[in-house]
Amino acid sequence: MTTAVTVTEFAGSFAEFLAHLSDDATTTLREEAFRYFEAIGFPTPKDEDWKYTNVGSVVSEKWLVNSAGKSGDVGGFNYKRNGFTALNLAFADVVVVRIPSETIVVEPIELSFTAEDGKAIFPHVIIVAESGSKATIVETYAASGRGFTNAAVQVLVEENANLTHYRVQKDSVEAFNYGVTEVEVRRGGHYDSTNINLGAALSRHDIELKFVAEGAEAWVDGLYMLSGEQHHDTHSIIDHALPNCLSHQTYKGVLNDSSRGVFNGKVFVRENAHGTDAQQSNKNLLLSNDARVDTKPQLEIFNDDVKCSHGATVGQLEEEELFYLLTRGLPETLAKNLLTYGFAEQVINKIGIESIKSELDEMVLRRLSTIL
Amino acid sequence: MLLEVKDLHAGIDGKEILKGLNLQVNAGEVHAIMGPNGSGKSTLSKVLAGHPSYEVISGEVLFEGKDLLELDPDERAREGVFMAFQYPVEVPGVSNSQFLRLAYNQKALHHGQEELDPLEFNDYLKEKAKIVEMDPQFFKRSVNEGFSGGEKKRNEILQMAVLEPKLAILDETDSGLDIDALRIVAEGVNKLRSSENAIILVTHYQRLLNYIQPDFVHVLANGKIVKEGGKELALELEEKGYDWVKGATN
Repeated sequence: MTTAVTVTEFAGSFAEFLAHLSDDATTTLREEAFRYFEAIGFPTPKDEDWKYTNVGSVVSEKWLVNSAGKSGDVGGFNYKRNGFTALNLAFADVVVVRIPSETIVVEPIELSFTAEDGKAIFPHVIIVAESGSKATIVETYAASGRGFTNAAVQVLVEENANLTHYRVQKDSVEAFNYGVTEVEVRRGGHYDSTNINLGAALSRHDIELKFVAEGAEAWVDGLYMLSGEQHHDTHSIIDHALPNCLSHQTYKGVLNDSSRGVFNGKVFVRENAHGTDAQQSNKNLLLSNDARVDTKPQLEIFNDDVKCSHGATVGQLEEEELFYLLTRGLPETLAKNLLTYGFAEQVINKIGIESIKSELDEMVLRRLSTIL
Repeated sequence: MLLEVKDLHAGIDGKEILKGLNLQVNAGEVHAIMGPNGSGKSTLSKVLAGHPSYEVISGEVLFEGKDLLELDPDERAREGVFMAFQYPVEVPGVSNSQFLRLAYNQKALHHGQEELDPLEFNDYLKEKAKIVEMDPQFFKRSVNEGFSGGEKKRNEILQMAVLEPKLAILDETDSGLDIDALRIVAEGVNKLRSSENAIILVTHYQRLLNYIQPDFVHVLANGKIVKEGGKELALELEEKGYDWVKGATN
C-alpha cells in the first residue's frame, strides 16, 4: 500500500528530525501528532471530504523534510483534521505574529514560504490580532519545481480587531500544496481574507472560520485560476455559532484545458445565531470542454431570524457579453480575454496593496495570453 | 452611398422576421426607423451589427459599397459601424476607461493611426465625456455595472463619441429614459451628427424625434418598410397610431 510506504518514509525523517530538536517543550505534542498521522495516513478519495482530490500520486513520493522545527504555542490546533494537519504539527516550523492591542500596523506583514524541488516544508503560522488592532497579512507560497508545502495557519481576531489577510499561492505548476487556515473571530472583530490560487499541480486549501462572539464580520473570498492539468480544491466552513454576525463569501474559478476545480463551502447557522447575515456564492468559468469543476455550496440553518443566500454557477462566457465587446471592435480573442480577466478581477480588485494587485493582474494577463 | 440594404430577408431560430427590406443611407443623414413591437426593428439592428444568433436568408447589405454581411461583428465595428444597445451589457471587473481605450486602439490600429497610451487616452476621454455630461468618476467603474438605465444609455453615446463611427445605429436608445436623461442623450447625439456620418434611430415612439430631428422616417411593419417620408411622418404616426400604417400594407 502506497500510504504505508510513505508513512514509513516519514517515520525515518521524523526520528531524525526529533534527534536534532533541542530540548523542546512541544516534543510530546509532535510525537502525539505523528502517531496520529501514522494511524490514519494521508486522506484518500474514500473520505467524503476528499472525494474529488486524490493525493495518492504525490504523497507516495519520497520527500526531504525541510523544517527548522521552531516551536510555539500550537495548542488549540485541530491537528486531527486529516493526515496532512497531523503531519504538519509533527514537523511544524512555527512563526508567531502578534499585533499588540490598539496598534495599527500600516505596512503589510509579509510571510513567504518556498518549498524547493523535492523538499517538504511545514510552516505553521500563528497570527494574533489583539483587541482593537489593525493590520494586513500577506501570506505567499512560491514553491519551485516539485516542492511540497504542508502549511497551517491559525488566526485569532480579538475584540474589535481588524485583520486583512491575503493568501497568494503561486507555486510552480509542478508543486503540491496543502494548506489549512483556522480562524476565530471575537466580538466586533473584522476579518477580511482573499485567497488566490494560481499555482501548483495539485493544491488544496481548507479554511474554517468560527464566530465565537456576537457582532463580528468576515469576508472569505477567493479565486482559483487553473490551466493544463492543474487541480485545486477549496473546502470552506463558516460557522455562525453566535448571534448578529455577518459573513460574505465570493469564490470564483477560471478553468482551462483539462484542469479541475473543487469548491465545497459549508455555512452553518446554529440554533441561537439569530440576526445572522450570510452570503455565499461560487461562480465558475469553464474555458475548455475538458475542464471540470465540482461545486457544492451548503447552507445549514437552524434559526429562522437570519438572512442567508447561496448559489453556484458553472458556465462559459456569456454570448451577449462577448457580442457587446465585438461590436466595439475588439477581436474575438481579446474580447474573450477581457471578459475572463474581468471575471477574475472582481476578486483581485479587492486587494488593497497596489504592488500585489498589479503583480496578480500581470499573472492573470500572462496566463490569458497563453491559454486563449 | 454609405449603407445600402437590398431586399433583405433575415430571422432568428428559423423564423423569418425581415421580409424584403430596402434602405439607403447617405453620409450626413439621420434616418428614423419606426414600427410597432414585432415589426423587425431590433432584428434589423442586430443583423447590421452581426449578431451571431440572427441569420440572413437572402438579400444584400453594402457598406461603402462593400459586402457588410461578410464581415465579423468586430470587423464591422472597426470599419465604422456602431450599434448602441437597447440593453447595454454589464462587464464586471473591466473599467470603462480600460475598455474604451482597447476599443479605440483596435480601431486606430486598423486604420493605421497611432494608439493612445493611458494618459493620452484619459485626456481624449475627458473631452468626449463632456458631450454626454458624464462625470469622469464613471471611467474607473466597471463597464455599465451598477449604472442606472440613463447612465447606461449615456455610456453608449460616450462609446459612440470615442469610436467616431461612420454609421451609428441607436437601438431603442430612448427606452427607459426619464426626460432629463433623454435630453442629455439626444443632445449628445446631435453634437456627434456631422456631414461625415449617418445615424439610424430605431424607435417605437416619436418622443425621441422631438429632440433628434430625422431627415427621413421609415415605418416598418411585418418585416418590410411600408411607409416613408420626412420628419412630419413621425408626428402623423403619433397621432394616428401604427394601425394606420399596418392597414396601408394589407
